[in-house]
Amino acid sequence: MSVKLFDCRDAFSETLVQLAREDGRVVAVVNDSVSSTKLKMFSKEFATRFINVGIAEQNMIGIGAGLANGGKIPFVCGASCFLTARGMEQVKVDCGYSRRNVKLCGMSSGMAYGELGPTHHSIEDLAWMRAIANITVVVPADPIETASALRAIAAFDGPVFFRLSRMPVPNVHAHDYQFKIGTSTCLRQGNDVAIIATGVMVARALGAADLLAEQGVSARVINMSTIRPLDTRAVIAAASETNGIVTAEEATVFGGLGGAVAEVVAEHKPARMKMLGVPGVFAPTGSAEWLLEHFGLTSEGIQNAALQLLR
Amino acid sequence: MHKYADNQTVTDLRKAANQIRLRSLEMVHRAGTGHPGGDLSCSDLLATLYLHTMRVDPASPSRADRDRFILSKGHSSAALYATLARTGFLSDTDLDTYMEPGSKLNGHPDRNKVSGVEANTGPLGHGLPIAVGCALAAKLDDAVWRTFVLTGDGELQEGSNWEAAMSAAHYRLDNLTLIVDRNRFQQGAGTEETIHLEPLADKWRAFGWHVVEVNGHDHAALLDCFESLPFVAGKPTCVIARTVKGKGVSFIENRAIWHHRVPTADELRIARQELLGETV
Repeated sequence: MSVKLFDCRDAFSETLVQLAREDGRVVAVVNDSVSSTKLKMFSKEFATRFINVGIAEQNMIGIGAGLANGGKIPFVCGASCFLTARGMEQVKVDCGYSRRNVKLCGMSSGMAYGELGPTHHSIEDLAWMRAIANITVVVPADPIETASALRAIAAFDGPVFFRLSRMPVPNVHAHDYQFKIGTSTCLRQGNDVAIIATGVMVARALGAADLLAEQGVSARVINMSTIRPLDTRAVIAAASETNGIVTAEEATVFGGLGGAVAEVVAEHKPARMKMLGVPGVFAPTGSAEWLLEHFGLTSEGIQNAALQLLR
Repeated sequence: MHKYADNQTVTDLRKAANQIRLRSLEMVHRAGTGHPGGDLSCSDLLATLYLHTMRVDPASPSRADRDRFILSKGHSSAALYATLARTGFLSDTDLDTYMEPGSKLNGHPDRNKVSGVEANTGPLGHGLPIAVGCALAAKLDDAVWRTFVLTGDGELQEGSNWEAAMSAAHYRLDNLTLIVDRNRFQQGAGTEETIHLEPLADKWRAFGWHVVEVNGHDHAALLDCFESLPFVAGKPTCVIARTVKGKGVSFIENRAIWHHRVPTADELRIARQELLGETV
């Protein structure tokens, strides 16, 4: 049986249009990224509330902060690599430090741009954004969570980094799932090992749990869709109730999900860990799918890491 | 002849601006750190905007239809705080805590701590993009409130200003006014010997702005200028305010070292005399 796969950007763009219909304060700001953000529909229905600033990310984020000052709820959308790196000081000062109600939507994050290479990969964004005070960091795992989380961050008053991939993923949540900022979801119960994953890695973590189950290993799978504030309770429980934690993220292992989990574990409940991600290198040339395999960011890779922990 | 020349408004503004200057110097002296040169060059601009031109209400600092002012040159915080105190957003005793441990008066303004501050600034090149966003928000609502942003001149070396300049013209933001504090100095030297800005007016015109050049210490001219906004429907306005860095105090004027030198008690006494004609 083949599993249906989705591009989360579709749920993103449809939900943003619905939000704009419901709330006149919702506006979109883009850096010429109309098609890559899939906001064509939004731009047609809300021509004046769709602000294209051209290829100018610092300005784009500053404008977002100004729109928020004027009472709008700006969704500032661009490829995550440019949005975060090019506009980092505006993210820090105009959004985080100023505590402005700006929603920074980093599209095609991780290594989704594959062959385009490390200039277009955004594997540092989790570490960067997580380091900035006041910024909530949300990474949905599937279209259902994308839609629910987008509604949640629109209703939340404060700056948010919303990290979205373009890699096809299956739905891992039930249709009535409700995302809550700062609350992780345990998608699979288990007490031999815990797998804490985020974004596109969540479905792969569930695949790893299936493979481990065939070997008689019960794996807990946690979807950590808010990286900041981290659901520390779930992390401490995983450290206490299992034999070790595997983290899996489509990002550098320096300072992202793995780092966040390790900080909690080290301080509250020391436990064995394996941190899967990009191991501090720029990726070689290859498709997104090939790169995930190259770095062991597959169900088999997670399975192997879990087995190593249990040895 | 300016409409406002010799009238009471001009006299009052001149006096207020000099009081703001002196208060800034006192604050920097007390704190033992600060940026007095830039405080003094923009004091007339701040006084004119806050005490006459802008619609702001200290009793209702967040009302949606207030005019916005963004101090992009956030290091001129002493002048801004002294102006906010004169306007009623701060008390005069607040000013004595400038940069003290735990004070709400940080070296660069924090909107979450100080009522009347619209944006946290400090790193240069942030104010104009934010101001463009404010002006866009007003346009989206067909609202009449206006946005003013004050940048330094050296600050215009930051590329983000020119990104914002393009977008302001593209979106026809005639409710946006940029004021450039053109004192011709940056931290260590003159702007023209560091990275030259001239022909500055032509640059803004080329970017689609209406440009007005004015003496930034002539309150009558400033009042005339701000009364005439917007000059051209559909165009943002750039007011290049020709100023003197350290204006009003003889030994500070046009001396690069006073970008962040701290006045001694003796220097403060001389400054008081020069600014207010008072001896202590």
